[in-house]
Amino acid sequence: MNAAAINCLPSPGLALRRRWASRGMTMLMGACAVVVMAPLFLVIYFLLREGASALDWNFFTQLPKPTGEVGGGMANAIVGTLELLGMAALIGVPIGVMGGVYLSEYGSDRVNNWIRFAADVLNGVPSIVWGMVVYALLVIPFKTFSAYAGGVALGLMMVPLVMRTTEEVLILVPQSYREAGLALGIARWKIITVIVVKTALKGIVTGVLVALARVAGETAPLLFTALGNSFWNRNLGQPIAALPLQIFSYSISPYDDWHRQAWAGALVLMLLILGLNIFVRVLSRGKSAAS
Amino acid sequence: MVQTAPLPVSSSASTVRPSAPASKPPPAVPVDDLPAFDIQGFSLWYGSRQALYDVSIRIPARQVTAIIGPSGCGKSTCLRALNRMHELTPGTRIVGSLRLFGDDLYASGIDPAYVRRRVGMVFQKSNPFPTMSIEENVLVGLRLNGVRDRAFLQERLEESLRMSALWDEVKDVLNRPGTSLSGGQQQRLCIARALAVQPEVLLMDEPCSALDPIATAKIEELIQLLRERFTVVIVTHNMQQAARCSDRTAFFYMGKLIEYAATREIFTNPANPQTEAYVSGRFG
Ligand SMILES: Nc1ncnc2c1ncn2[C@@H]1O[C@H](COP(=O)(O)OP(=O)(O)OP(=O)(O)O)[C@@H](O)[C@H]1O
Ligand SMILES: [Mg+2]
Repeated sequence: MNAAAINCLPSPGLALRRRWASRGMTMLMGACAVVVMAPLFLVIYFLLREGASALDWNFFTQLPKPTGEVGGGMANAIVGTLELLGMAALIGVPIGVMGGVYLSEYGSDRVNNWIRFAADVLNGVPSIVWGMVVYALLVIPFKTFSAYAGGVALGLMMVPLVMRTTEEVLILVPQSYREAGLALGIARWKIITVIVVKTALKGIVTGVLVALARVAGETAPLLFTALGNSFWNRNLGQPIAALPLQIFSYSISPYDDWHRQAWAGALVLMLLILGLNIFVRVLSRGKSAAS
Repeated sequence: MVQTAPLPVSSSASTVRPSAPASKPPPAVPVDDLPAFDIQGFSLWYGSRQALYDVSIRIPARQVTAIIGPSGCGKSTCLRALNRMHELTPGTRIVGSLRLFGDDLYASGIDPAYVRRRVGMVFQKSNPFPTMSIEENVLVGLRLNGVRDRAFLQERLEESLRMSALWDEVKDVLNRPGTSLSGGQQQRLCIARALAVQPEVLLMDEPCSALDPIATAKIEELIQLLRERFTVVIVTHNMQQAARCSDRTAFFYMGKLIEYAATREIFTNPANPQTEAYVSGRFG
């Protein structure tokens, strides 16, 4: 070994200092990670502490009790939220997926840029604005708040989300598959539906679930549309209960029991969203393992 | 699956690789027969950039034609024009005429999908559809073109896989994903997929450039079998490959067809000095 090589090595003291600096930085970054994670744990901790006690069988099976009475549940709001999400998906998924397919497979660059720009602006529109727009569009003309209006408001919010993620995953499908299909004399739309969309299906489903999780907890767009309901909704043309609405009205009430139920409702909503997100993780894990 | 040792391959490869193209029977050029492709005055532009200049060529049927030339000379462009695949690139424009067995492929009202069913294509990188099994990959062209008859599909499946020398290796695992095969097997699967729709011509754009020598030898062997039933046009960067497995060779240079003749002529006695310089390795 020559002297130059030895000189390149740090002296023992310097090496020690570097090791400590490295440890210090690692700990600092670890602390930052904890700060990022902490709110999630805080949310879950508070929801469990305040809400778990009100989470009984009745909560899932009973209607709300009349004002001031203790007991009852949020069965109608839970079902209502699921119904609203179903309607939102019926609107948001086909329009969003087809829009994404158009962006990735058909549109010219110039048109696409405008559509993307519009979708990005729409993604940033405050959710209460969606509520007001649908209020003007559906509630005023039909002279009633309704489940339909709530579903439309959530569905419209989903469209740009689903559209952009669909486009992104379709663009990742290698061009060579489209070429291979075209070289077999297969019609373009069949290649897109049977080969391209199917190849990207997991990613599209993931995008849909993320969008659903995103709108599941929205309150503002439902205030002027679905309105809320203390009873079962028998007619989608009438107001419908939803978890976020019920949480909102219970938490601004003066009753302790309703406060507890609001926490429980928030817990259920949180678990729903967490469940969707876990499902997304499982799906995308499968994807990376397959490719 | 049988050929794990290199020995049987080298012996089989020796039948594919005659030491000189001269050892092949002299290709009888059926000048009077209808050529597979009859191309006259064909030029092609990408936007304002011209890629093919006034190409005229008559490619005989049931022979293997190799297209050689330095990188960027328009080999792929020419090949893709033969089944109108270049139309996928926006802004392309052509003049000239291109006939397949007498039919004008660029006549107005001709559906490119129809052209591509008659003129199949195999790409440089094997591209079996990842969501489909081996069987589905082979049959996708028929199924998506509306063929439902099970007996017919089964027959096409076996015949296509046999023609692409893959049947023995995959007949027991037809339901496995197409992407579970080795690179060489995947390329033969793509050949089977192209053959299943019963094209008249098979175009291959550097089909072996991503494969190892053993897999390459298999594909070359396969091309020899295919020429009995199909017209094959193969682009290759590998001059030995062109010499080994083609009957006729076209040499392109800077978008122009310099020379098209029997492979033996091109490699032993080229008429054009540029061809001579290229095949003797003085540029390229
Ligand atoms: N999509 C395209 N847009 C514009 N120009 C293109 C396009 N594709 C090819 N070209 C040009 O056309 C010419 C011929 O290209 P081509 O791909 O046919 O060459 P090639 O002979 O196949 O080359 P290689 O051996 O590298 O594959 C090149 O000069 C290339 O730059
Ligand atoms: Mg090329």
